[in-house]
Amino acid sequence: MSKAVSALGGVSHKGFADVAEAGLKGMITLRGDLSSAKMKKAVKAATGCAMPAPRRIVMGDGKAAAWMSPDELLILVPHEAALEAVATLQKALEGEHHLVADVSDARAIFTIKGPKADQVLMKLCPVDFADLAEGEIRRTRAAQVAAAFWRSGPEEFTLVSFRSVAGYVMGLLETSARAGSEVF
Amino acid sequence: MSTRLSKGGRLIDRTKPLGFSFNGRKMKGFQGDTLASALLGQDQMLVGRSFKYHRPRGVVASGAEEPNGLVGLGTGGRFEPNQRLTTTELFDGASTTSQNHWPSLEFDVGVVNNSFARFLPGGFYYKTFMYPRAAWKHVFEPVIRRSAGLGAAPTARDEDRYEYAYAFADVVIVGGGIAGLTAALSAGRKGQRVMLIEQTAHWGGRAPVDGVEIDGKPAEDWIRNAVEALGKMENVTLRLRTMASGLYDHGYLLAYERIADHTPGDGRPRHRLWRIRAGHVMTATGAIERPLSFAGNDIPGVMLASAVRDYVVNWAVSPGDRTVIVTNNDDAYRTALALLEAGLIVPAVIDARPEVKGALPDAVRARGVRVLTGHGVAKVKGGKRVTGVTTCVQAGQGAELETIPCDAVAMSGGWSPVVHLWSHCGGKLTWDEAQGMFRPDPTRPATGADGAAMVTAIGAANGMLRAADAVADAHLAAGSEGDLPKAISAEEAPMLPIWIMPQGAGPELRAKMWLDYQNDVKVSDVQLAAREGYESVEHTKRYTTLGMATDQGKLSNINGLAVLSDALSQAIPQTGTTTFRPPYTPISMGAIAGEARGEIFQPLRKTPMHGWHETHGAHWEPVGQWRRPYCFLRTGEGIHDAVNREIRTARNAVGLLDASTLGKIIVKGPDAGRFLDMLYTNMMSTLPVGKCRYGLMCNENGFLSDDGVVARLNDDTWLCHTTTGGAERIHGWMEDWLQCEWWDWKVYTANVTEEYAQVAVAGPNARKLLEKLGGMDVSKEAFPAMEWREGTLGGFRARIYRISFSGELSYEVAVPASEGRAFWEALLAAGEEFGVSPYGTEAMHIMRAEKGFIMIGDETDGTVIPQDLNLQWAISKKKADYLGKRAQERSYMASPDRWKLVGLETLDGGVIPDGAYAVADGVNANGQRNTQGRVTSTYFSPTLGKGIAMGLVRHGPERMGEVIDFPVDNGRIVKARIVDPVFYDKDGEKQNV
Amino acid sequence: MLTLECPYCGVKAEETELAAGGEAHLKRYGPGSSDAEFDGYMFSRKNPKGVHFERWRHAYGCGKWFLAARDTATLEVFGTYPAQSKEPPPELQAKIKAKRPNWEGYK
Repeated sequence: MSKAVSALGGVSHKGFADVAEAGLKGMITLRGDLSSAKMKKAVKAATGCAMPAPRRIVMGDGKAAAWMSPDELLILVPHEAALEAVATLQKALEGEHHLVADVSDARAIFTIKGPKADQVLMKLCPVDFADLAEGEIRRTRAAQVAAAFWRSGPEEFTLVSFRSVAGYVMGLLETSARAGSEVF
Repeated sequence: MSTRLSKGGRLIDRTKPLGFSFNGRKMKGFQGDTLASALLGQDQMLVGRSFKYHRPRGVVASGAEEPNGLVGLGTGGRFEPNQRLTTTELFDGASTTSQNHWPSLEFDVGVVNNSFARFLPGGFYYKTFMYPRAAWKHVFEPVIRRSAGLGAAPTARDEDRYEYAYAFADVVIVGGGIAGLTAALSAGRKGQRVMLIEQTAHWGGRAPVDGVEIDGKPAEDWIRNAVEALGKMENVTLRLRTMASGLYDHGYLLAYERIADHTPGDGRPRHRLWRIRAGHVMTATGAIERPLSFAGNDIPGVMLASAVRDYVVNWAVSPGDRTVIVTNNDDAYRTALALLEAGLIVPAVIDARPEVKGALPDAVRARGVRVLTGHGVAKVKGGKRVTGVTTCVQAGQGAELETIPCDAVAMSGGWSPVVHLWSHCGGKLTWDEAQGMFRPDPTRPATGADGAAMVTAIGAANGMLRAADAVADAHLAAGSEGDLPKAISAEEAPMLPIWIMPQGAGPELRAKMWLDYQNDVKVSDVQLAAREGYESVEHTKRYTTLGMATDQGKLSNINGLAVLSDALSQAIPQTGTTTFRPPYTPISMGAIAGEARGEIFQPLRKTPMHGWHETHGAHWEPVGQWRRPYCFLRTGEGIHDAVNREIRTARNAVGLLDASTLGKIIVKGPDAGRFLDMLYTNMMSTLPVGKCRYGLMCNENGFLSDDGVVARLNDDTWLCHTTTGGAERIHGWMEDWLQCEWWDWKVYTANVTEEYAQVAVAGPNARKLLEKLGGMDVSKEAFPAMEWREGTLGGFRARIYRISFSGELSYEVAVPASEGRAFWEALLAAGEEFGVSPYGTEAMHIMRAEKGFIMIGDETDGTVIPQDLNLQWAISKKKADYLGKRAQERSYMASPDRWKLVGLETLDGGVIPDGAYAVADGVNANGQRNTQGRVTSTYFSPTLGKGIAMGLVRHGPERMGEVIDFPVDNGRIVKARIVDPVFYDKDGEKQNV
Repeated sequence: MLTLECPYCGVKAEETELAAGGEAHLKRYGPGSSDAEFDGYMFSRKNPKGVHFERWRHAYGCGKWFLAARDTATLEVFGTYPAQSKEPPPELQAKIKAKRPNWEGYK
């Protein structure tokens, strides 16, 4: 039995969209000069992904690199690969001012699936979904807490929040996805 | 008597009868009815009582402007008072009760107010309830509160759910009448993202009832085609039952969708509050007909002319067999025609205009109806329903000419555009003399983020009362894309602005002319206010309560201000209007709250061990949004006992505190040391790698803002612990200085608070416990106090800080949050032989107080500087600058008279109440006792077996041993001795083992 | 409720995604400054009816502080720009001057 558990143990609910806690995911906060050659190499080495453009997420094989702010990325890898990715990044960025922090366990991650998945989020986030570009990661709030989400499939969104409010976020998603409350 | 007609009714479906009840009486209606049409269809003319005089009230209108028809709707968890009959769709099983009467609607003892009406004039409350003062609280207010107020508050928990929806559009068109539909078609064809919302359950507005033809077809056909065409446009969203409640800055529009009001209990959310960001808003909100002011215009059966024909045409309800029309304009003749068409009798049209010609009056005359020009109503006869109308000459004083028996009166005083949304965000109005109305002034609109107009009024809402004008206006405003619909309606002669009937009515008549039906404000009240010196319309509104009822004066405002203008002998635009404020009509509290109720009322932050705590007797304490165990209750144990037990365990064996909530911020970079030296009052740049140091942070005002232990992780990385409530705030504070002041410094920060589960393992057996888990050398020699180590502890990746907030031998162990629960359980299992048990925040608080450690939020309150707490040792004298340093140099901060931290020991061993003040001799300028100190923390110490406290006392540290007085409840005085704040283990022998 | 475009990430954020931070372009006075200077830095704030420069943080977004120029009476937004600016960008000042000829400048 693994000692490591996600905040909600992978709970899920069915409504007009299916919402689920997606379990543990390796996540790393990476801060530095995103335009530097070293940084690009470091991201490539850790994820196999190219440097994301502002507000974009580049997804690779089980790994991804997401633009969080002009000097910050969120690196996504499998949970068990997080420490190794941290080491890879640190090594690649040696000699350059940067910060690498493992935040895998500071986060909770959710999926919202179904043709009307966007309607679950449009009740919670002040975001214009028509404006959401291909491959865009949107940092915003979900009701009263910070969140970031992106389209992770044709009919799927992935949403990240802080771990401590995972129960609250799941409550929001479950309520918003309840059958009969489709907006359109 | 009002009845259901045997045929017609464009909105009802006679094949779907619905049952409902009114005051317990079973009634019937049809699918498509409103509660108002269903009640009128069953001859329920009397539906409520007025606010002040408890006069009988009947339905006046057919829409959102209705002032009288308010009922309690539903039962139990679905009961809601003040539901408007005219805008509530009938559903099967609806239970309605009338309001504001006792003991019954038919017989109300409160109506006695009516006889005393002349003693209850405008400003009555202000004038009467002034003296004696005490009577207000004990006599007047309770009586008024019992007799006033509409409806009863629900007592059961709301069974429904509510939600928000965020939406964005280039254009939001408010109002689905022919103007709104025309605008939507044009904007939609242009490819704009359009949202068209309509407050009722039907598209088309008034046009079908008013006999409008568009593009050669009856309006109804054109509307059907328009809605169909719009429905096919992917860029257009159509929404019925959605009322635009308010327009705010930068095109922020709130709309209130009533999803399931007409299908209660079907599992859908009841209401949805749309939070729309509109590039532009077009208000196609139509116009509202005004009543006329004549004596007895409030008797049930007197209705707006437009409402009368709405009931006949839309719902096949006749308000009466014989309906007299009273008007100052041509539009009301449409009502006469509608009634005649339905086979009803119109005994006469009383028209205030001296001369009446034109297509509509001629058509009415042609049907043999008597048209009395230049006439008015002297009075309406009847009590709980109309029995007749007495005519007079409009130009005269009301000498009665003739009594016409009738059972309904349809009145029309002209129309007022619905300008609420236009005005909400600053759009200005202009007075249209010819039409006798305020309409939007297109040169002074509300402006948006770009400084350009963000609202356009179109159609009747823009003063375009004729169908052809309204449609053309809307088409043009929306960009004229596609063909202009050609609307045809009958020509109309100008209306005559008259405000009371007859012109020269004396006091007796004016005291029977109602302006505000719900609040019982009459023409005489407004005139009295003017005589008493009220010139501002806003003041008059509050003095008389005109327009302050739940309908917010939709019917009464214009008439009221016209009467006021007349009384002040000034023009109407000079008087101006009162302010239009959202919401347009009341919206539910549930919609405002949205999803935020029950479990998700607000975010509740949980540590990785929360689940364990929950199942092990945690008595919760909210700390910010966190829930932390205050103590862990065992079966049969009280809170106080549990806390004392937990302290004894930590002091004598070993205790575990879930300290995961403490803030943890990584600060890294070549300039990180320099940065932390600015942030903390002491030196952090000199902290050796591997060591920890306690630090204080102040704001620029010099006041203590947070504290915590800082660990240096490597050459350019520090980890700063903050208080539980301080993590986000301090992280934000760091980023603020780094981004906005010292942006050339090379420093990065990251808030990693939630990455770790952190456990304080405290007590004499702490080392034994960690040794048993194994994997790291935690001996005194290898791991001294105020240092940290990384390694694997009992198989867990751990970072251990040897720091103590309890005064005991203590290790704070941080492990990945995902393993926090497993680690906690491992500690408990391994610690069993050492007598381990968890302790909560209260035990933590008491133990730190026993040690004289300060707590942010207890010893500090935003006015306390570190020097007040004798923390000079934590303030660097070498540093040229740190945040707060300049402020602490101010003369008042350096004053020796500041209250300073001391310990307090009661003489009787009891506990001083929290927050108690110590008194000094004399009184201050306000005659209050002078004070010389206050209690900041106070507890019963189980370790010492007595009450201990910390407090701030003037010259405190110089007054050791002195006894000071703390007056507490009922004049009791607690005497306490000033002592050293470290009560326990002064030399720190217990933690340094 | 305002919307402001974050100059760092380009999101047109509504006010609920932002945190307000008061007047922009304040000069910090630390140790060695006079009482008057420190008082001005700590406590004296402009409260104009008209053009005003403010600090905002894209708190629920990229986390960056930025500065905004807006009219406090009409809520017209003239522009937003990075917090690392000693003064409003010249083109923004020119734009404001063109729209508000009586504006006396940002100081």
